[in-house]
Amino acid sequence: MTYSPTTSVRRTRSLPAALSLLAYLLAGTFFGVVLVKSEAASWYRIQEMFRFQSFHMYGLIGSAVLTGLPTTWLLRRFQTRSLTGQTIQIQSKDPGLPRYVLGGLIFGLGWGLAGVCPGPVFTLLGSGVWAMLIVLFFALLGTWLYGVLRDRLPH
Amino acid sequence: MTDLLTSPWPWYVGGPLIGLMVPLLLLGNKTFGISANLRHACAILLPDAAKPAFFRYDWRKERWNLMFAAGLVLGGLLAGLVFANPHATHLSSRAVQSLHDLGVSLRPGLLPPELLDLHRPVVWLILSLSGLLVGFGTRYGGGCTSGHAITGLSMRQFPSLVATVSFFAGGILSANFVLPLLLK
Repeated sequence: MTYSPTTSVRRTRSLPAALSLLAYLLAGTFFGVVLVKSEAASWYRIQEMFRFQSFHMYGLIGSAVLTGLPTTWLLRRFQTRSLTGQTIQIQSKDPGLPRYVLGGLIFGLGWGLAGVCPGPVFTLLGSGVWAMLIVLFFALLGTWLYGVLRDRLPH
Repeated sequence: MTDLLTSPWPWYVGGPLIGLMVPLLLLGNKTFGISANLRHACAILLPDAAKPAFFRYDWRKERWNLMFAAGLVLGGLLAGLVFANPHATHLSSRAVQSLHDLGVSLRPGLLPPELLDLHRPVVWLILSLSGLLVGFGTRYGGGCTSGHAITGLSMRQFPSLVATVSFFAGGILSANFVLPLLLK
């Protein structure tokens, strides 16, 4: 094997990239643990929430937003730089109303049935609930269907 | 000791940890959201000839999101399988009554066994319909619970408030009216 300067350049560049991918894997693992431990991945808890029979899920989502609000505000206020040195960009959601009302309603209808949103689908798969493969397959089908119909839908 | 690892967390522990995902990912200059992975998966899987414009982009730049989803699977393996809670979810008595009315039992685990019994055609219907609506709705609505209800609200985005209210309207409808109809 010949040693060329180009491969060494690539090597020094790709190491941080691999490290950052590992960091996102760890962040995902942490979030997956939280989803199970906080029971947000529980079908039982989602049903209880949509029937207004317990405070648990409302406390969970409410305290999550109450934590996200000030911490995000602080990052913005002090113009913190990201770990890679760039200025942090907070993107505004696209304007429009129909897509958020209609898309949101359709998502909610699905969420209330199998009790899973996209995060718990992956987490439940990890915990050995193989039936989630059916949900995942049809979620991919639904995503593709949106891609096909997008131009014909009100946004 | 094992109890400490397997017992569930109260909402005031789990909630703030979920909320912290938003600034944590912002530090990596990423916006916390999960449903975009479904789009990336379509972009990866679809052959070029049959690809709608919506899936024509460089998904390699979004690899971090796919790694995050892989982490979710690992987290589920750890907390939901290796250190699984041996007890049934501690639901309110009213919720237990509702489950009974639905003909569904409360057992240890995150889903009732009746909803995982693939010998029942109605289970296929519930799981596939749920997946289809979730997949279509998240992309149409531009995000899911993490992207809108947690991230969007944390960033004071009005569209996310609209989306979150709609999520709940849809969920209340399906949990109270559609699901009982299907299970009976």
